[in-house]
Order: sequence, then structure tokens, then C-alpha cells
Amino acid sequence: MTAKIEIRDLSKHFGDLKAVDGISFAVEQGEVLGFLGPNGAGKSTTMKMVTGFLPPTAGAISVCGHDMLADPLPAKRLIGYLPEGAPAYPDMTPAEFLDFVAGARGFRGAARQACVDQAVDRVNLDEVLHQRIETLSKGFKRRVGLAQAILHDPPVLILDEPTDGLDPNQKHEVRELIRGMAAGKVIILSTHILEEVAAVCTRAIIIDRGHVVLDETPAALAARGRLDDVFREVTSRDTRAGASA
Amino acid sequence: MSTAPLATGFLSVTGVLFRRELKSYFATPVAFVFTFIFLFLAGIFTFYLGGFFERGQADLQPFFAYHPYLYLFLIPAIAMRLWSEERKSGTIELLLTLPVSMSAAVLGKFLAAWCFTAIVLACTFPIWITVNVLGSPDNGVIVASYLGSLLMAGTFLAIGACVSALTKNQVIAFVVSVVVCFLFIVAGLPVVLGFFEGWVSQDVLDIIAMSSFLTHYEALVRGVVDVRNVLYFLSLMAFWLVAGAVAIDTKKAA
Ligand SMILES: Nc1ncnc2c1ncn2[C@@H]1O[C@H](COP(=O)(O)OP(=O)(O)OP(=O)(O)O)[C@@H](O)[C@H]1O
Ligand SMILES: [Mg+2]
Repeated sequence: MTAKIEIRDLSKHFGDLKAVDGISFAVEQGEVLGFLGPNGAGKSTTMKMVTGFLPPTAGAISVCGHDMLADPLPAKRLIGYLPEGAPAYPDMTPAEFLDFVAGARGFRGAARQACVDQAVDRVNLDEVLHQRIETLSKGFKRRVGLAQAILHDPPVLILDEPTDGLDPNQKHEVRELIRGMAAGKVIILSTHILEEVAAVCTRAIIIDRGHVVLDETPAALAARGRLDDVFREVTSRDTRAGASA
Repeated sequence: MSTAPLATGFLSVTGVLFRRELKSYFATPVAFVFTFIFLFLAGIFTFYLGGFFERGQADLQPFFAYHPYLYLFLIPAIAMRLWSEERKSGTIELLLTLPVSMSAAVLGKFLAAWCFTAIVLACTFPIWITVNVLGSPDNGVIVASYLGSLLMAGTFLAIGACVSALTKNQVIAFVVSVVVCFLFIVAGLPVVLGFFEGWVSQDVLDIIAMSSFLTHYEALVRGVVDVRNVLYFLSLMAFWLVAGAVAIDTKKAA
């Protein structure tokens, strides 16, 4: 089975606000798709729909051939998801939390321990493994969220701002991790760090007011000029005013 | 990675959620504080208000008589955090994007909370021993009373869980749950029935009295384990759990 995500005419309206307004794209195995866009552009909302948390107002989502809307559980099994802000149960330790996620994903016994150990190892969580999550620093919380997302070695990874709050060393390590996993997976990540796109992504989509305004490779993007300038040029300043208009 | 088969059955997944929830009560002082307050208040009600010793009877009538009023405040305090906390902290997004069905999530959480109240209730066993030392009570009646108490606690919890799904604010969840549970209690009181008497038909009056926790609970406490009383609580629980699931589904995004 090759990994693949297909999204067609996806929309999400909150009352009058069209947070996501007819987005379509397909991502193939091996691609690392970077989601860019101003605050409130609809990046997180799109990810919440793709992962089956939010029901879309309209549109279709297919994850490796499984329809997320009609039959969510098989699709959810194939996805690893780091939600925005990396939420986790504050009164658990990372060890307990990862054990819980592994259990909820169906791992039992030795396999359960093995996948937790592997995830802990990949994001360097050893030193805080038995400290309550509420007392962890922001960067470690993010790493717990990442570990939770990759623990079942999913064919599809959706990461909402995975490097937000990480120190430069960790940013580097997480980018290495993503690059290392990319070959066998579909990866979608969102970021506000434009250089990150050049560093890890094979393709960039810029979203503005719920629309895709640009979809090309980082190389093509770089050819247009400085990333910051391109970003400013294709996106609007006042996202909310534009979207609800 | 591993090739071991995954345990993705409904019960198996519900069990994982159940264990996480139940452990969370004991990860904080909640369990200790709650158990202490429950036992303390139950003691006061039984010995001072209920006149446990003065009555000179070997039964637990005064102990069980006050449970509806204890639960009225204590159960919403447990239930208020069930979903509002998940929504507020954003962990609901994590939970509902795991391959976990809504019914497993609702049931796992509810059963953990119910199991916790059962543990607290079990901590009152010394009083059961006491009556057996002091006299010879009808232990069958006491078992039926414990059953009634547990069923009533579960119903309060199901109501509280549903209300908790409707708001991110735990204070609001608490207050609204108390009010709803209060209505279910007082529906059977003579004052309320007297208020309706005369201007509603006898059928309506019967329905109001029938819908009260008290009517069914008191029957169980008297030792009457009628299937209808048990079914009453179980079907109310089911109703509120389903309503809770619908509430989560419609409210999770907001
Ligand atoms: N539950 C909700 N109810 C109402 N509006 C919402 C809700 N969730 C998101 N929105 C709105 O939808 C729009 C898109 O939000 P979204 O979180 O997808 O933006 P984003 O691209 O992820 O932004 P950021 O870069 O700041 O994370 C915003 O205007 C936001 O206020
Ligand atoms: Mg976002």
C-alpha cells in the first residue's frame, strides 16, 4: 500500500466566516508538504478536518483510500497527528501518556512498550520521562506531542507547527527526524518559519483566507525572490476581514 | 515495526480509556479529598440528623436516606470536569483523532467515574459492620440499598457528563448539573406533587412522581429490588449518555 492523501473542495464555515473555502490537493508518498499562511488563514482548520476532528461543511477527504467522513476509524489508524499547541493530559507523565496512546492505538504487551521506547528515543525524551507533563517546559511538551504522533509509525503524519517552541538544536533534530521518515510517508506540516520549508519540504502550499494561493516546490518558490517578499505579496494583511467579506 | 495484531475491539479500546481516566482520579488529591468529604458528610447525616443510635434499630435507613442530597453536590463536582476539561485543554482533539469511537470515549470516561464513586461508596463498609455488631440487620435490604445508591450515583454522573460536554466552564457545568439533578430529586417530594395537584390530571401527576429519583431509590432502599426500578435508572443513564455523545459531537469544535 502506498500512502496518499486526497482532499477535494474542502470547506469549513464558522457562521459567516469561511475559515476554509474550497481547498483541493493530493499528496503522494515521499512528499513533505509545508503549509504556510498568515495567522487565521485556515491551516489548522484544514488539518483538523483531515484528521477527522472537525466535520467539514463540504468536501471529501481520502486517506490511503479510506474515506474519513464515511468510515473514520480505519483512516484515523493510519494518521499520526500533532494538534496545534501539542495538547496532552497535564497530570500524566510522558511515559504514562505515551503508554496510553499506544494502548488506544491497539498495541498490547511487548509491542506497546517497544513503540513507546522507540518514540521516546527518537525525540530525546528520556530525561523527563517520569516528570508530570504540566511541569515540562514548552519545548519538551512539544516533543511529547511529536512522540505521540510518530509512535505507531503511521503512513500519514500531520504536524501542526511541530518546531514551534523548540530550541535551535531541537529544531534541527526534528527536521532531521522528519526528513529521515519522509520516504515511506505522506507528511503535512504547518509552519511560520519560511526557511523551514526550504529545509524539509518537497512542496509548499500557501493558504490565505481559506484559499490555496500558491502550490509549488521550494526551489520554484525560491526562484521568485526572497521568501518573505513572496509571502507578503501573495497573502493579505487582514485575514479575518477578507475571509468574512 | 511490530507485526503483532492490534487490539482494536470496542471493549479493548474502552478498557484503555477507562484505565487512564480512573488513574487520573488518583494522580491528584481529588480522590482523597472527595472520599474524605463523602465519608465525613455521610457520617454527620447518619449520626446527627438521622439519629442512627437513638432510633435503636439495626438498619442503615438513616445512612441511605441522605445519599440523594449528598450526591446532589458531590457527583456534579466529579462530573463537571469530564468533558469541559478536555475541551478547555484541547486534549479532546487528541482523544477524538485517535482511532477511538465516540461511544468508546463516552463509555470509558463514564464507567471510570462510576467506578470511582463505587470505590468511595465501598469505603463506607465500616458502618455496615457496625450495624452487624450492634444488632442483626436485614443484610439483603442493605445490599439492595447499596445497589440503589450506586445506580442513582451513576444516573447523576450521566447527567453531569452530558452537561459537562456542553460547556468549557466547569463552574457552569457544576451549577447546571446540580439544578438538573435537583429537579429529578424533588419531582417526587410531596410539596412538588402538592403544587401540581388539582390543576394537572392524575396521569401527569403520576408521570411526574414516576420520573423522580426518590420514588425509585426509596423502593430499593426498602429492599424492593423491582426490575422496573433498576431499569428506570439504567435507561435514564443510557439516555443521558447518548445525549452527552451528541453534545460532544456538536460542541467539540467551539
Ligand atoms: N471553533 C471556531 N469557531 C469560530 N471560528 C473559528 C473556530 N476555529 C477557527 N476559527 C477561525 O477560523 C479561521 C482559521 O483559523 P485557523 O486556526 O485554521 O488558522 P491558522 O491558519 O491555523 O492560523 P495560525 O497561523 O494563527 O495558527 C480564524 O479566523 C479563526 O478565528
Ligand atoms: Mg494554526
